[in-house]
Amino acid sequence: MSDHDHDHHHHDHDHSELSETELRVRALETILTEKGYVEPAALDALIDLYEKKIGPRNGVRVVAKAWSDPSYHARLMKDATAAIAELDYSGRQGEHMVVVENTPEQHNMVVCTLCSCYPHPVLGLPPVWYKSAPYRSRAVSDPRGVLNDFGVALPEATKIRVWDSTAEIRYLVLPMRPKGTEGWSAEQLAELVTRDSLIGTGLPKQPGETA
Amino acid sequence: MDGAHDMGGAKGFGPVVSEPNEPVFHGDWERRAFALTVAMSRPGGWNIDMSRFARENRPPADYLGKSYFQIWLAGLETLMVERGLVSPEEIEAGKVLSPPKPNVNTLSPQDVVPIIRRGASTEREPRTPAMFAVGETVRMKKIHPPTHTRLPQYVRGHLGTIELNHGAHVFADLNSLGVGENPQWLYTVRFDGPELWGADGDPTLSVSVDAWESYLERV
Repeated sequence: MSDHDHDHHHHDHDHSELSETELRVRALETILTEKGYVEPAALDALIDLYEKKIGPRNGVRVVAKAWSDPSYHARLMKDATAAIAELDYSGRQGEHMVVVENTPEQHNMVVCTLCSCYPHPVLGLPPVWYKSAPYRSRAVSDPRGVLNDFGVALPEATKIRVWDSTAEIRYLVLPMRPKGTEGWSAEQLAELVTRDSLIGTGLPKQPGETA
Repeated sequence: MDGAHDMGGAKGFGPVVSEPNEPVFHGDWERRAFALTVAMSRPGGWNIDMSRFARENRPPADYLGKSYFQIWLAGLETLMVERGLVSPEEIEAGKVLSPPKPNVNTLSPQDVVPIIRRGASTEREPRTPAMFAVGETVRMKKIHPPTHTRLPQYVRGHLGTIELNHGAHVFADLNSLGVGENPQWLYTVRFDGPELWGADGDPTLSVSVDAWESYLERV
């Protein structure tokens, strides 16, 4: 079975159960609202916050600032929680932040093998692959194979450091600043930072790769 | 518990498949299931460790057969039924069959942004001096509690090095049982690939977990 077929199979599987699940959630919301436990407007506010306000663009700005401002970089590496709070990206699932910096010698990758721990204030909610069994099982034993799934090949000698988020500490990868970006502003640099490069399953774009 | 959720090092799950331009939620039911779970923690009064246990404590086939937000939905139903907020009959019937539990707090719309932006720190004043120093070699205990733990199976019994000390944090294993926060020192412990995966392990790999002090023993 090709990856493509596998993907399709998975979607079909989800689809066949969707109506039952959808009905169940709808009925549950009605029950909880009628019982006075939840206010639908509070649910709307939560969804709006996570769908529109909190997302990887926050983490992108942290990295672009660290690349372009040496004193911010120093503060970020010394106390990531405080440095990220300077940009107002604090809160639930980001109370205790650690930034791990890639170097030519070492590449960092973040996983939560037990569930789905992820730094929400800087990256938003995690993508499906981050919460999936393939990623959670292999990131800690075969990270080069996982990187290969993402089309990323690192030099054989590069050390790979995987951070399994088993408690309430949340990790953000600081990728290496691409070469050929001397003199670029934080706004220009931000164009090169991808979400996956902040998890460690990708690398930043190179100059010329952006539109 | 040694359940299907504890996946580190498991084989056979196939490649990681990412979705281009993935939306935050796939379908409206995921939005509502997510928001209901977050909002219900206030009237429900459970903590994050209780909710993690409610999600992971299910038969492996059930856990692996459900999508991520289907697991959230199942966990939410478990937590609510345990506390008498709804009955299993109400969930199955899809309508209210009994009066609400009295005197519960609700999450008001105007509280949402301040509460999410404030978060909930798990750091607490340490009660004892730290037993281990950065740089020290430790062994992870071989424990198999039937209840919630954040010590993954793949590191148990293995030798690692203390790399960071994060201060004292609410101890998830006990907090999940509702017997208090019992804060303990929390460390990042690093393991070499071959220590975890044997001679065939990637020699360029090292893996760390965040481990509370009672997970560790001196060597």
